[in-house]
Amino acid sequence: MSRVHDMGGRFGDGPVEVDVEDAPVFKEEWHARALALTLASAGLGQWNIDTSRHMRERLSPQDYTAFSYYEKWLAGVAGLLVETGVLTVQDLQTPEADGGCHPLAERRLSAERVAGVLASGGPSDRASDVAPQFKPGDKVRTLTHAGNRFVDGGHTRLPSYAAGAVGEVVLYHGTHVFPDRSAHGLGDAPEPLYAVAFPATALWVIAEDDGDEVVLDLWQSYLELAS
Amino acid sequence: MLNFGSNDVQLCGTPKFYWNSRGVARRVTGMAHDDPHSDDPHHAHAHLPPDPALRVKALETILTKRGLIDPAALDEIIDIYQNKIGPQNGARVVAKAWSDPAFKAQLLADADQVLREMDIYGRQGEHMVVVENTPETHNMVVCTLCSCYPWPVLGIPPAWYKSDAYRARAVREPRKVLADFGITLPEGTKVRVWDSTAEVRYLVLPMRPAGSDGLDEEALAALVNRDCMVGTALATSPGDLAGDTA
Repeated sequence: MSRVHDMGGRFGDGPVEVDVEDAPVFKEEWHARALALTLASAGLGQWNIDTSRHMRERLSPQDYTAFSYYEKWLAGVAGLLVETGVLTVQDLQTPEADGGCHPLAERRLSAERVAGVLASGGPSDRASDVAPQFKPGDKVRTLTHAGNRFVDGGHTRLPSYAAGAVGEVVLYHGTHVFPDRSAHGLGDAPEPLYAVAFPATALWVIAEDDGDEVVLDLWQSYLELAS
Repeated sequence: MLNFGSNDVQLCGTPKFYWNSRGVARRVTGMAHDDPHSDDPHHAHAHLPPDPALRVKALETILTKRGLIDPAALDEIIDIYQNKIGPQNGARVVAKAWSDPAFKAQLLADADQVLREMDIYGRQGEHMVVVENTPETHNMVVCTLCSCYPWPVLGIPPAWYKSDAYRARAVREPRKVLADFGITLPEGTKVRVWDSTAEVRYLVLPMRPAGSDGLDEEALAALVNRDCMVGTALATSPGDLAGDTA
């Protein structure tokens, strides 16, 4: 029931290829262009960060594995533009065609607005009437199966490796937009978000070191009190 | 038929030029292809050129012609992340925390407030938490589900951070991953890996290196490399500074 992006704990990837500290920020010019184009397109306001992540996650396992980071971004933004109806597949096939002005053109991100937009960001905390059920120090258990409860195969931020595990709440982050709903047009549905620390021994068949921990940020809906 | 030449693109945004055949075009497209994925948004990329450089160029052309993006805005975004926002921001924060105990206490208690005051705030760093390395605990940050990273303090993530190997392995075998970076932790130090599964972004406050007594904030900032703020390196020792051969 998982998707290809949910790779935490997976075996077989080999060593991390460390690039030097002063490597260029963008290795290729098109990397920079892909990033900027994605951010500027998001400025049209037709999707949010959760729909955007979910679009990349829905790439086929073959594409996801074969694509470099910015190729995934490009595939993601192309998919979002088509899915939200901003562009058609025909538009993509005929880049030189003269499609004319778009109704959303008035939302275009201008160069003058860029610095302000990037500096203000997009906070995900929202007021919520869902009361926090847990506090730091509480032992909590994650859902037995990671997965979206509203849409089959939908977006979720509970990684498979952390499903069905008992950990301890270490931080309360306040109430945040719930991605499992937000990714699917089901509203922000903000709810309490916690940092939960899991002993490595609770997550892995053979822990690398018994004293080590992994901390995940988890929404209240993913958790129940562990007695 | 209206003809939108290059000059007319400037008119984009004026409502009278709405393109009223878009819906028709979309329906025709749906029928015109044998490709079973032709209407499948997560295969939309297959309709663009396969070479990624050409692919991004094609998208930029389409979006620019339709008045949806401004190439000058793309230049501006690139300039900001290439030249203005990067690990030098995080290094300033760390050097100040090493120098000023009251600042460090504030930073650990409410990083958002402190970073706003330093004008180091923004996209992909809206909710910051700073975690302190000590002889007892070494912190390390990953995003196993995508590549979440604290942009305002560290800039755009390096390739290794976005790699499958790092994403897959950092949570299960952080010590072997640290070995890939040439780091071996002292006996008795536990590892705490932070998997960035929400919109909270984590910055590691590394331990101040030995031999750095008496250095001012600027000299200290030079010891703060990017990777030590992700937790895959230690701060640079003063004697190991590149170019410090005099």
